[in-house]
Amino acid sequence: MCPLIPDPLRYDLKIIASWIAPESKVLGLGCGEGDLLFWLKKEKNVQERGIEIEESKVIKCIEKGISVLQGDINEEMEDYPDNAFDYAICSQTLQQVYQPSKLIHSMMRVAKMGVVSFPNFGHIKVRMQLAFTGCAPVTRELPYSWHNTPNIRVLSLNDFERFSDQVGFKILKKAAIKTKTTNRQGKMVNFLPNLFATYGIFLIGKE
Amino acid sequence: MSEYIGQNPKGVSVGIVEKQFFNFAMPPDRLKLESLASIGPVTIAYETCGTLNLEKSNVILVLHALSGDSHMAGYYDPKDTKPGWWDIMVGPGKGIDTDKYFVICSNIIGSCAGSTGPSSINPETGTEYGTTFPHITIGDMVEAQKALIDHLNINSILSLIGGSVGGMQALEWCVRYPDMIQSAIPLATTTRHSALAIAFNEVARQAIMADPNWNEGHYYSGKRPDMGLAIARMIGHITYLSDESMRLKFGRKLQNRAALSFEFGAEFQVESYLQHQGNKFIERFDANSFLYITKAADYFDLAAQYGSGSLVKAFSKCRSKFLVVSYTSDWLYPTYQSKEMVKAMKKNGLDVSFCEIDAQWGHDAFLLPSDRLDNLITGFLRSVSFDTGSVKI
Repeated sequence: MCPLIPDPLRYDLKIIASWIAPESKVLGLGCGEGDLLFWLKKEKNVQERGIEIEESKVIKCIEKGISVLQGDINEEMEDYPDNAFDYAICSQTLQQVYQPSKLIHSMMRVAKMGVVSFPNFGHIKVRMQLAFTGCAPVTRELPYSWHNTPNIRVLSLNDFERFSDQVGFKILKKAAIKTKTTNRQGKMVNFLPNLFATYGIFLIGKE
Repeated sequence: MSEYIGQNPKGVSVGIVEKQFFNFAMPPDRLKLESLASIGPVTIAYETCGTLNLEKSNVILVLHALSGDSHMAGYYDPKDTKPGWWDIMVGPGKGIDTDKYFVICSNIIGSCAGSTGPSSINPETGTEYGTTFPHITIGDMVEAQKALIDHLNINSILSLIGGSVGGMQALEWCVRYPDMIQSAIPLATTTRHSALAIAFNEVARQAIMADPNWNEGHYYSGKRPDMGLAIARMIGHITYLSDESMRLKFGRKLQNRAALSFEFGAEFQVESYLQHQGNKFIERFDANSFLYITKAADYFDLAAQYGSGSLVKAFSKCRSKFLVVSYTSDWLYPTYQSKEMVKAMKKNGLDVSFCEIDAQWGHDAFLLPSDRLDNLITGFLRSVSFDTGSVKI
């Protein structure tokens, strides 16, 4: 597949990619057009599988040579045996699922580790918008209005850490990041991450 | 499957192709069949496009459906008005690119387009087999193809691609010869016929057998059961379409008239369409072949045959990479049947991709021009070529 060279990854995906061990088995949940899986296959020689519900995105994945199943992530995960993968990656999808704890449980069943990333609802812009306009926040990271948003489970970095105790998984690594408009570039946020990070990325493991 | 062959919109073609024949199971040998009967000698008609590379690693086997033949692409003669049945997919720069791959398509045993079937002469009697032809299965079709592939000195197939009954052959190949098959693309197909599919086939067969000209299958020296075969084809066409496609294509539109004429002619367009399809079919197809091939499709049940009822077990020896494609409006082999096979493949840890294409044209959608299917097949073949290092891309 030499003519296809992966595009430079989005900043958040770069961080996720840096956490994935070469030659590992990776399951991408809601993998979209497969940019991350494609990069991992080319650069880290992983064995990839994706799950994506939208036909047009599934076709894009297969055009790239990514193995992908069209379907619902919860349903499709059921058929895999325990620990079939080294990593299950759920990038910017957790905030859109109806039962996040069920999803995390399934991820922790089919894979040894999980990667979860999501837009931070504790970001200062979100807080200010609600405080000063009194309206549901609309930001670059969460660009929808209250009535048409797919993001039904908005959460902050702190929420996720608390959630780990309640659901029963371990946080192995975390990255709080702030991205620029293009999302190609960004930086780590070390000072008051729950206030200044636009996204949180967590590597999680079993307790 | 229907005939959709027409001029290729992209204007490129593989050019002139030749119908070739392979004879095997010569006396004293015979081809053993799953029914425990045997037959010989056997002729298989086939066509090849593209060039076999030195390593013999760029082989793609295209498997045709119920009423297809070996003429998948190009023209036999520059004067031909129509190219082969899958010319939109097979050719230079197309979904199955003949500049890269060596593509083979053979006519199935039991058919009537050059391969041995009920309309062939039985050398023992000097007359057509008719219904003395032994019952065949999808497995027998695969065995005959395997004999051809061996004859061509090929021991690895990069990809098997087939829709409908062709998809069944692809699946059967993967289960029978797991070490030979690098990948497979089963399109709009199933691992076993549902009661609905068997029911439609049985009505079609009854239409043929009720035709007085059928004469228990021995009609080759007299009038043929044309009416029965045409009705069988009409029934088939209903299953290849969908409620939606018939509504969009015909609705309740009338044929060549402004108002109902209160007669038993073809008043509605859908009636006229089906009659036309039936009449076209009798010119090129043999009624007994239709009986035998539909039976073979009805017998097909991978789970029962290879997994003691478990589809997961049936796929346990498979090693191939799969791309399974279904169509939203296919009511002959609906998406749930494709999902069942995908599930069984996943449980075996097989590398499988699945896509359900949103199309209103029913079961036959796989034969219609579609950039989506072209791109899926191109991308998948490219990745298999890369993974196996078999074709320089």
